[in-house]
Amino acid sequence: MRIQFFSTCLVDTFFPETGEAVLRLLRRFGVEVAYPKEQTCCGKPPHSGGYTYESRKAAEHFLSVFDGADPIVIPSGSCASMIKNHYPELFKDNPRLLEQARKTAERTYELTQFLVHVLKAHEAGFKGTGRVTYHASCQLTRELGVKEEPLLLLNSLKGAEFVHLPHADRCCGFGGIFMARQPEISVALAEEKAAMIRSTNADTVTGCDHGCLMNIRDALQRRGNTVAVKHIAQVLAEGL
Amino acid sequence: MSSSREAITFRANVQKSLRDLMLREAIKRATDTFVTKRTEGTASLPMEEWREKASIIRMQVLDNLPQYVEQFCSSAERVGAKVYQAADAEAARRAVAGILEDHGVKKVVKAKSMVTEEIHLNPYLQERGIEVLETDLGEYIVQLAAETPSHILAPAIHKTREQIGKLFSEKLGVEYSDDPTVLTRVARNVLRNEFLTADAGITGANFAVADTGSLVIFTNEGNGRMVTTVPRLHVAVLTIEKLLPSVTDLPSFVRLLPRSATGQMLSSYVSVITGPRKPGDFTGADELHIVLLDNGRREILKGEYREILKCIRCSACMNVCPVYRAIGGHAYDSTYPGPMGIVLTALLEGMERAYPVLDATTLCGACVEACPVKVPLVKLLYRLREVSVEQGFAPPLEKRGMSAFGAAVSSPAMFAFGQTLARIFWPLAQKLSGYGAVHRIPRPVARTFRRRMS
Repeated sequence: MRIQFFSTCLVDTFFPETGEAVLRLLRRFGVEVAYPKEQTCCGKPPHSGGYTYESRKAAEHFLSVFDGADPIVIPSGSCASMIKNHYPELFKDNPRLLEQARKTAERTYELTQFLVHVLKAHEAGFKGTGRVTYHASCQLTRELGVKEEPLLLLNSLKGAEFVHLPHADRCCGFGGIFMARQPEISVALAEEKAAMIRSTNADTVTGCDHGCLMNIRDALQRRGNTVAVKHIAQVLAEGL
Repeated sequence: MSSSREAITFRANVQKSLRDLMLREAIKRATDTFVTKRTEGTASLPMEEWREKASIIRMQVLDNLPQYVEQFCSSAERVGAKVYQAADAEAARRAVAGILEDHGVKKVVKAKSMVTEEIHLNPYLQERGIEVLETDLGEYIVQLAAETPSHILAPAIHKTREQIGKLFSEKLGVEYSDDPTVLTRVARNVLRNEFLTADAGITGANFAVADTGSLVIFTNEGNGRMVTTVPRLHVAVLTIEKLLPSVTDLPSFVRLLPRSATGQMLSSYVSVITGPRKPGDFTGADELHIVLLDNGRREILKGEYREILKCIRCSACMNVCPVYRAIGGHAYDSTYPGPMGIVLTALLEGMERAYPVLDATTLCGACVEACPVKVPLVKLLYRLREVSVEQGFAPPLEKRGMSAFGAAVSSPAMFAFGQTLARIFWPLAQKLSGYGAVHRIPRPVARTFRRRMS
């Protein structure tokens, strides 16, 4: 099987080790990974701020780079939802691009969707360590409806203890452009999230979106906390 | 609330709210209770089916609003009410004041009504020498404190019971207590006498029924019944989108509204008022006057935000909103806070004043999940942000950054160059910027993923 990997601009710019973890994971299942080198950003950051012109430019570029028929795998609920839910909206007045957006949306998978539904990775018997908790990010949970997949994967880790995070699907305060425009509220929400995480006594918190994880890590670190913050791809790849 | 066109000073309001730890604690406590009760109370119910049905009924109303308005007016008049149609806030205020003055009213008792907040009715009546008393406990507290409601259902949600105890002892001269039972008894004693001596009662309405001309009022304290039955004159003020086609549509909302609001199976009092008291009726006002207000609704109905008019004011969206929970309602500086409030504020008061509160959402979608009538709040919020950028309300620096993004996003080489620049200037940006986004975003790595893949 062949897939196209969209690393996302956050992974590309700040967290390349997550991209490498995704590659290891997919290759473990014999998946051939193509990395279209022309890729940039899906357009979510301007989209969340109302910059439609800029997000449409990003979307057009994405559609031209990710052509073909192979599944597109994305390690982010927010970016996957951008493509699956918002691209068709962006091109509603352009029949040609709308058609292309719809077709692209159909073969787009958020990472854990692909791991569970296509690769059955939750049945692969991955190993894990320590006490792991999970933040359910907003677009992943509510726009994509991906609720069970990450839990199936984390609960399948042999040797790790999964612990439920209270109010796991409450927003961490990242919100894309929100964190820049309203830093005080953003921090207040992240601190609330961090307090919940500490209450679980987990040694690792994971999630499917680096935007949120970045925000959560900042809140944890400012309290001198030692909880490790890892993308779910890293948690899973460590147990290969 | 200011009615000027000056932009809401949202950022400053937020900073004030966030410093007020008592406020944050009070709001967290109350909204947590609402949300927990709603979640537990609806877990075993076919909520999706109920929401779908309610949403369809509300859309049916919006799609045929002029017809239902006409039907309601003739039904209500047939059962003996007098109906006034008001185009805007000023017309509604004049209509209410006119009715009261015609009847020589000196004192009015009010049940909770957001629309009378929207049109600033109380100060208007007070200026005309009419005494106005709020009788919903939360509204009473807010009125005593000379504040405005910070939540559409629980107006005094921002106050702790300790603060309320202090307020009562200062304003009413009673002994301090922070026991809710004691405080409620104090309010009841004061209000009981006001009900008996008031010349008129003013209410809003949760719904109005087109085929029977009825007004439907949900309350938990019984004050709605007192206001509508003890004084001889009852004036109801409501906006046109509150209509339901038929009395047979009511059960859908009787079961949905309280469950979405407070998690209750049923509000303690559901009053269906069909006309004034008739010969042989046990209770009721002698005269019922209904002010049916547009105040921008017909305009909203024409446009792409029309679905906001499905809203039944249950407050579920603000109770689950992480931003509302953190800052409370006053920071929005508008009649309506929270997700539905942002949309209504922008539409009713204009972008020029409202654009700063478009920031009051992380677009997390918790509101959409909670809404009992399926208002696509996130879609509306996205669209409003889009329009705010189109109309030039974006922060200049951010706009420049986005333009640069737009220029680089189609070119991988420029994009990579941008990453390098961001890495180089990150330490400087950290030094120059106050504590903000820059401080919470890590430094771009030297070997980006695209480099590793090439």
